[in-house]
Amino acid sequence: MVRVLPGPPAVDAPAVRPRRGRGRGRRWLLRSVAVLYIGILVALPLALVFQRTIADGAGAFWDAISAPDAVHAFVITAQIALIAVAINTVFGLGVALLLARYRFAGRRLFNLLLDIPVSVSPIVVGLALVLVYGPTQGWFGPRLSDAGVQVIFALPGMVLATCFVTLPLVVREIVPVLQEEGLDQDVAARSLGANSWQRFGRVTLPTIRWALAYGVVLSLARAIGEYGAVRVVSGDVIGQTQTATLRVGDLAEQGEPGAYQISLVLVLFAILCIVGISLLRPKEKKS
Amino acid sequence: MGIEVRAVTKRFGDFTALSDVDLSVPSGELTALLGPSGGGKSTLLRIIGGLEDQDAGSIEIDGVDASRVPAQRRNVGFVFQHYAAFKHLTVFRNVAFGLEIRRRPKDEIRRRVGELLELVHLEQFADRLPSQLSGGQRQRMALARALATEPRVLLLDEPFGALDAQVRKELRDWLRRLHDEMHVTTLFVTHDREEALEVSDRLVVINAGRIEQVGSPTELYDKPANDFVMGFLGPVTQLDGRLVRPHDIDIFSEPAGGAVRSTVVRLQRIGFEVRAELDAGGSRPWVQLTRGQAESLGIETGRTVWLRAAAGASTLAAPLAEPIALATALAG
Repeated sequence: MVRVLPGPPAVDAPAVRPRRGRGRGRRWLLRSVAVLYIGILVALPLALVFQRTIADGAGAFWDAISAPDAVHAFVITAQIALIAVAINTVFGLGVALLLARYRFAGRRLFNLLLDIPVSVSPIVVGLALVLVYGPTQGWFGPRLSDAGVQVIFALPGMVLATCFVTLPLVVREIVPVLQEEGLDQDVAARSLGANSWQRFGRVTLPTIRWALAYGVVLSLARAIGEYGAVRVVSGDVIGQTQTATLRVGDLAEQGEPGAYQISLVLVLFAILCIVGISLLRPKEKKS
Repeated sequence: MGIEVRAVTKRFGDFTALSDVDLSVPSGELTALLGPSGGGKSTLLRIIGGLEDQDAGSIEIDGVDASRVPAQRRNVGFVFQHYAAFKHLTVFRNVAFGLEIRRRPKDEIRRRVGELLELVHLEQFADRLPSQLSGGQRQRMALARALATEPRVLLLDEPFGALDAQVRKELRDWLRRLHDEMHVTTLFVTHDREEALEVSDRLVVINAGRIEQVGSPTELYDKPANDFVMGFLGPVTQLDGRLVRPHDIDIFSEPAGGAVRSTVVRLQRIGFEVRAELDAGGSRPWVQLTRGQAESLGIETGRTVWLRAAAGASTLAAPLAEPIALATALAG
């Protein structure tokens, strides 16, 4: 007679099996609450933007986004976002390397200062910039104004405000990766004859590329969505310093058509960013 | 020629890692730097490689003063304990790194990397990433990478420290054979005395920032300069006020000239080896015997025997403080 012996327990079997019945019910409840919460908070309002845009028809959509002032608003938004993200990428790389690889006096204070832009209200940031660069009462705005450089109510001020609010995003993505990798590969490259630029290009940059890409996408999304700080420093002049988000705000306030249509474009871009991020995420984990 | 280290001192804050160290490493030899952790051996290696700056003293490599030459221009091959593989590059590109930096022509790189991968038996792994290799394979890749630029000196910092015992043994034999073929001046750091005794032509024992003794493995084992070297290179026990190796003690079943009367306290068998712990009045020496010796002498717990250091055995006067516990702890 052949006896069938019970096989060895599967190695990867979970130590505690999820209980049936009550456990399953609780899981279902938790999931429903989570879905409901996200639904009411995020999905429903955004869905209504879609619904309003569709209800107004394709003609209204085209009119709203192709109006000269709308086109100008999109262009200036793209300009500000690209310049601010470029500046913050270069600066963010430098700061991340400084924080991850060097110990210096005031390093902790510096580290704390970096987080201020995300915790302070953007309106305050805008007001602070006006205090410094304002053309009449600003701290050194008048001198800049005399030299023919206009910061406030012009593109430089809007770029400055956007840089300020997106400052830590790149840094905070890169620093943990740099810290985890340490200096081993850098030292090895040095012993193989690589100078500091070669080490940066051939070793450091490839090591942090996914974290950097993630930080850049995050900054871009944040830069395009910025409202408060930019509103204060821009003066919000239609056709000149009005960005896409400012235009949405103005049109909605005045009850004019076009707010939902432009909103939809912004939402679609944000979704594109999120898809981009989710495509980057697994690669970042793997490498 | 080779490496000349002169009066090198290095401090980290209050801690003196190296104090006035002089060392000359002959060209073409495989030299081991052996010592306890924190003794300064890795610091010395990093200073020779230019990865650390000395506070005082000079380094000469092949007759050229390298004291202030940055690491990237010293032409020194470095192998690290944790491999330091370029994770984003294939095995081929890892090995080619130094040649690419030096802008060598493509076909020269392909030929040279091919040769090196063959040398380290990784030719079929050229297109893999380091994460797809085992620890031993990664370290062989790191060695090929260090050799690619034909360095004047090869420096290895605890190269087998992160590997398990079996692989460590294999790689050790392999490094010895590789060195016999290549004859590049090699300096390697280890805290494993067996590794150092087995692989090296010359041994440098470093402790607390100073060099204790330099010589061939046999010289150091047989004629240790002091109790530290003796204790670090092998087991030591104390008999009749002198330090002696436990396998250098003769046991007699009857009184013999100069032998100390003792009682067997404990017997322990470890494979082919028998360790007898004895009570010799003032001290408690232990003796290392083979199973055959123990059986023919008929040693058993409680028996009285007579002990004497074997003829020609190296002994040292025991220091006043009890050194045995310390020496055995360091050797272990």
